[in-house]
Amino acid sequence: MGDPEKERDAMLELRDLAVAVDGRQILSGIDLEIGYGETHVLFGPNGSGKTTLLMALMGFPRYQVTGGAIKLNGEDITSLPPDERARRGIGMMYQRPPTVRGVSLRQMVSISSRDDLDVASLAGEMNLEEFLERDVNHGFSGGEIKRSELLQLQAQNPDLVLLDEPESGVDMENLQLVGRAIRRLLQKDLVRRRSKSGLIITHTGYILDYVEADHGHVLCNGTIVCSGNPREQLEGIRRYGFEECATCTR
Amino acid sequence: MHALEEIRERARAAAAKPALYGADLDPCEYTAEAGECGYVESLDQLEELGAEELARAGVEISGKERSGSYVQIDGSVVHSKALEKGLEVLGCREALEKYDWLWDYYWNAVAVDADKYTADVELNPFEGYFMRAMPGSRTIYPLQACLYMREPRFVQRVHNIIIAEEGSELHIITGCASKHDIEAGLHLGVSEFYVKRNAKLTFTMVHSWAEGMDVRPRSAVVVEEGGLFMNNYIAMEAVRSLQTYPTCRLVGEGATARFNSIMVAQPGSELDVGSRVVLGAPGCSAEIISRAVTRGGNIVARGHLKGETGGIRAHLECHGLILEEGGAILAVPELEGHHPDVDMSHEAAVGKIAQQEVEYLMSRGLSEEEATAAIVRGFLNVKIEGLPPRLEQEMKRMMEMSRRKAL
Repeated sequence: MGDPEKERDAMLELRDLAVAVDGRQILSGIDLEIGYGETHVLFGPNGSGKTTLLMALMGFPRYQVTGGAIKLNGEDITSLPPDERARRGIGMMYQRPPTVRGVSLRQMVSISSRDDLDVASLAGEMNLEEFLERDVNHGFSGGEIKRSELLQLQAQNPDLVLLDEPESGVDMENLQLVGRAIRRLLQKDLVRRRSKSGLIITHTGYILDYVEADHGHVLCNGTIVCSGNPREQLEGIRRYGFEECATCTR
Repeated sequence: MHALEEIRERARAAAAKPALYGADLDPCEYTAEAGECGYVESLDQLEELGAEELARAGVEISGKERSGSYVQIDGSVVHSKALEKGLEVLGCREALEKYDWLWDYYWNAVAVDADKYTADVELNPFEGYFMRAMPGSRTIYPLQACLYMREPRFVQRVHNIIIAEEGSELHIITGCASKHDIEAGLHLGVSEFYVKRNAKLTFTMVHSWAEGMDVRPRSAVVVEEGGLFMNNYIAMEAVRSLQTYPTCRLVGEGATARFNSIMVAQPGSELDVGSRVVLGAPGCSAEIISRAVTRGGNIVARGHLKGETGGIRAHLECHGLILEEGGAILAVPELEGHHPDVDMSHEAAVGKIAQQEVEYLMSRGLSEEEATAAIVRGFLNVKIEGLPPRLEQEMKRMMEMSRRKAL
C-alpha cells in the first residue's frame, strides 16, 4: 500500500473493497490490482456481485463503497462521481443499458468522444451507420446493443475498459465483430506499447476465444475466491462448477 | 347581413358563458385601448417597435426565406404582405370587406357561441389575418405571422382565417409574443383553418408571453378529402394561464391530421392544452403527440380522438416529465370509437427523469446537470414528419431558442 513505486505500476488498485446496494452488503474484502496493458477476467455465478463491482468502479451512487478504496493511477477516486471517473479514463460497456428517448446514438458517440472523430466511419466499422439517428438503445437487438456500446467506448477511448458480459445475446457472426472491437480497445495488437487495461465479466468464456486475458478471478458470494490463469480457471469451472471454486484448495 | 345578425345574436347569448376548462376570466377587466401603430411597408422598419421581442417569437425580421408576413401589434395591423404569387395575406377585416364569399368561412369552423371568449371576439373590435394559398400553388418558404402585445392590461382580440385551396401547399410559422415586462394582459385568438381537397397546410406556432399573461386561443380546422393538416405548437416560456383545445374535423376520405404540442410549465404557470381530431370519413388518420415538462407549474395535457366511421387509424401519445416538486401534470387521453372498424390507440406516461438514464450519460462524461439537460432536450425533441427540410430546420432553431430560455 505504502510503496509509491508499486502504486504507479497499477492502473487500478482495489484494497479491501466493500460495497453495499440499498443497504445490503454485496461485496467485501476485494483486493485486485490491474496493471497497465493487462486484461483481467472476472468469473462468477449469477448473483455473486460481478456487475456490482463494475458499477461501483464506475461510481454509481446506488453502489455504495462501505469499506476500502478504489485507486486509479494512484489517485483515490472512491468518492468521485461517474463523469469524473469517465474523464479520468474509465469506460464501461453495459450489459443492459437504458433507452434514452430523444437522444440519438450519434449524440451519444459525440458525448463520449474525447477528440474530434469521424462518427460515420467509426459507425461503419461497427455496422451501425443506419442506427446513428435512432434513439440510443431503442428497439436495438442484443447484438446491436453490444455494438452500440462498443462504438461509444471507441469514441471515448478509455484507459481502463470495463466490460459486462460483452458476448451475451450476440450471435456467432457478431461475436467476431465484438471481439475485434474489444481487441482494438485494449490495444491487443500492440505488445510493448500497450497501455490500455481491461476488466471483463464473462459467464461463458466465449470472449476469451477473441481476446486474450492475462489474469482471471473468480467471485463467489461477494468475494474473490481464486485468482490465476483464466484458461485454467475456465476449464475448472466448466468441469467442476463454481461450487468447487469456493472450497478449492488446489 | 342576416347571417351576421344571427352570429351576433348567438354571441350575445354566450357573452357570459364560461369555458369548459381553464380559469374563468372577465375580458371587461382589461383595456381595449392601446396606442395606434402605423403601417410599415418593410419589416426592417419594425426595429423601432421593439423588434427584438418579435425575433424572440420566431419572426424573421429580415423577411428572408419567408413568402410573406403579417404583423399585428396590440390592436393595429402594422404589416401584411405576400411576396409570392399564389399567396394572399390581408388583415381579416379587410379581407371580409374585399370578399363576400369569405363570410361563408367566418365562424364556420369555430362556433361563435363556444364560450365567452369567442363571443367577446365577435362582439368587440378585432383584427387578425387572412391567409390563402390559391389552388395548386406551392411555395418554398413559409408565411410568417406575429401577434404582439405591448400595452399593459390590454385585451388583444384576433380572428384569423386560413385557407389552403385545392391542391395547394401552405406553410405558416407564427409567433405570439408580448413584451416581457407587462404585468397583465389577455390574448383571445380565434383561428379557423380550411384545408381543401388534396391540400397541405402546416402551422407552427411559438408562444412567448410574459408571466402575467392569460391566453385563450380558440382554433378549429376542417380538412377535406386527401388533405393534410399539421399543427406544431411550442409553449415553453412563462405565462400565467393558457387554455386551448383546438378541434380538427377530417371530413373527406383519406384526410390526415397531426398535432404536436411541446410545453414547459414554469413555476406559477397553468397550462391546459389539448388537441381533438374527429375522424369522419374512411381512410382518415390522425396522430396527436404531446410532450409536457413542468418546472413547478401545472399542466393538463388533453387529447381526444373520435372515430365516427370505419377504416380510420388514430394514435395519441401524452408524455409528461416532472422536473421540480410543486409542479403537476394531468394527462387526459380519450379515445372514442363509433364503428367496429376503427384502429385507435393511445399511450400516456407521467414521471420524473430516470436516474439510470442520467447515470448512463454521466458514465460517458457528462456532468449530472448536463446529462439532465440532454435528457430533457431529448424528451422535448419530437420528431416531426412531413415538414419541408428548410422548415424543419427552422422549427428546430425556434425550439432550441425557446428551450434555452425556458430551461
